[in-house]
Amino acid sequence: MAFLEITGVRKSFGASVAVESFHLAVARGEFVSFLGPSGCGKTTTLRMVAGFEKPTSGRIVIDGVDVTDTPPNRRNVGMVFQSYALFPNMTVADNIGFGLKVARRPAGEIQERVTELLRIIHMPEYGRSYPYQLSGGQQQRVALARALAIQPKLLLLDEPLSALDAKIRASLRQEIRDIQRQLGITTIYVTHDQEEAMALSDRIVVMSRGRIEQVGTPFEVYNFPATRFVASFVGTLNVLQATVADAATGRLSVQGQEIRVARPLPEHAPGASVGVAIRPELISLDGQAGHDANRLSGTVADVTFLGPIVRVQMHLSGDVLHIDIFNNPQLRPPQPGAPITVRFAPDACLVLDDA
Amino acid sequence: MGKRFWPWLWFLLGASYFLVPLYATFDFSLRARRGELTFAAYANVLRDIKFVESFSFSLQTALATIVVSALVIVPTAYWVQLRLPRLRPVVEFFTLLPFVVPAVVLVFSLARTYSRTPLTDSREGLWVLLVGSYVVLSFPYMYRAVDTGLRSINIHDLTEAAQSLGAGWPTILMRVIFPNVYVSLLSGAFITFAIVMGEFTIAALLAQPAFGPYMNLLASSKVYEPSALAIISFGLTWAAIAAIQWIGQGTQARLVGPR
Ligand SMILES: Nc1ncnc2c1ncn2[C@@H]1O[C@H](COP(=O)(O)OP(=O)(O)OP(=O)(O)O)[C@@H](O)[C@H]1O
Ligand SMILES: [Mg+2]
Repeated sequence: MAFLEITGVRKSFGASVAVESFHLAVARGEFVSFLGPSGCGKTTTLRMVAGFEKPTSGRIVIDGVDVTDTPPNRRNVGMVFQSYALFPNMTVADNIGFGLKVARRPAGEIQERVTELLRIIHMPEYGRSYPYQLSGGQQQRVALARALAIQPKLLLLDEPLSALDAKIRASLRQEIRDIQRQLGITTIYVTHDQEEAMALSDRIVVMSRGRIEQVGTPFEVYNFPATRFVASFVGTLNVLQATVADAATGRLSVQGQEIRVARPLPEHAPGASVGVAIRPELISLDGQAGHDANRLSGTVADVTFLGPIVRVQMHLSGDVLHIDIFNNPQLRPPQPGAPITVRFAPDACLVLDDA
Repeated sequence: MGKRFWPWLWFLLGASYFLVPLYATFDFSLRARRGELTFAAYANVLRDIKFVESFSFSLQTALATIVVSALVIVPTAYWVQLRLPRLRPVVEFFTLLPFVVPAVVLVFSLARTYSRTPLTDSREGLWVLLVGSYVVLSFPYMYRAVDTGLRSINIHDLTEAAQSLGAGWPTILMRVIFPNVYVSLLSGAFITFAIVMGEFTIAALLAQPAFGPYMNLLASSKVYEPSALAIISFGLTWAAIAAIQWIGQGTQARLVGPR
């Protein structure tokens, strides 16, 4: 039995549907991210779990208790907002202790817990400060401590890092993950940043237009995208238009050049048009090596030096192919305009059905 | 120098518009005896037990008005902003009605509506009616002040944060909303206080022993004392406002700065 179970949840606002056929089971202690473009229903789903929105239909069960009709203040679910939402009239310590005070815990216990949480977020000396005296990153850490103080069953975070700048984002991201592991708290994290989702999550729920596209580990979602949407949304992806040359052996023709994919394509008739997806990092520039590999020839369109990686764009009679290679000081990057042959393995190719 | 000239000129003109009559009143109040400056008029006023009574009556009425008005306005403005934002213009319009409906009309309609209820057949009842009328008069100032205060904090997220921490509506209002609009509330309270202290029409029509009618009575029967009274009431009102300000200061210091 999963710790959090969302079953057949749907939410509509008037005529427009925000979330549909949402099924998800989250295990105790798991870190799950909702990832998707703006407006795909991530926040709405999270708010239904928190109790701020009521599902139009479907059930939400937390720790064996059906909370679908429970008001938010009885759910014992911690929430962290993009806007921090600290109470401006209270000190940091009072903010963190708010939930315990509402629950009428004894003052000594509150103080003990506040001190412990201040230590966990590495801000032991800030108890008497007011929110306006803190930086954004500090405010968000206090907000996290405040949510954790009530020992919630679930921790929900809605784009908690979006208002921070890149450097703090990366370090706070790690801190959130460390604290989550340390406390073993079941967590749902909403983001539209795929890097954030991959770095943090045990599993990612990729959403699009109110529906789940795929649920899987970051490894699965990145390497084995279930739909074309997931393939294109998570990471960069080359999609080449191809026609089926020989379905039985998985031979395809790309702009007149032949490539082979790892599996036969019995579902496609010869001459059918399909999309072939290849990750940029699975293509290499040394077109000579390897017997079994696919090769494609074209001209170098552009070369971008990004430090650890070098991004090469290749023109392939109309199509553009992105190739990521590791930086190597011994190797001169190719020059724009030069002819080039690239190589990739048949099992690097993903045939997209809905081409 | 040239740059400073015009602002200062306008400032001095504006200030003298208030200060010259005040000074003239003060000067006049000192001339109760021919040929000498004296505080005799002041002594007469302060010796009058009616002065103390009516002033403290109005003081209590003003404080009651402010408390009731805050208890009505803060939850209303909060709820309208949180859940009924489309009703905001409508509510704002209603709060502006005291500017449209004259006080005489207001008090007669109140008296008519509540005649034959305990409100109109006892002293206490009439006082409740008086406070009720003043609460209505305070709406335009209080609502605007609170509404602006609420807009400067993110009430949506603060409410939801409090809810997720287990707080119900009374807790949210008392611990989160009220403390954060306290400063704006004070600015509305100053104006309400000043209005109630000097109000005449409603108090007179409801036959209440308020400060306004007392001043009026004095003005029609004495010569120098009304001027002395004007100066005294001016000073007392400002002292009261300063006291409210002072009470609110701790909060104010805490809330400044970026949010
Ligand atoms: N209270 C509401 N009333 C009407 N429509 C709403 C409401 N809340 C959300 N929606 C709609 O539901 C859809 C999903 O919104 P939601 O906020 O869940 O998206 P999101 O995935 O969180 O996007 P973002 O990344 O921009 O935060 C949107 O089309 C939005 O316009
Ligand atoms: Mg959102």
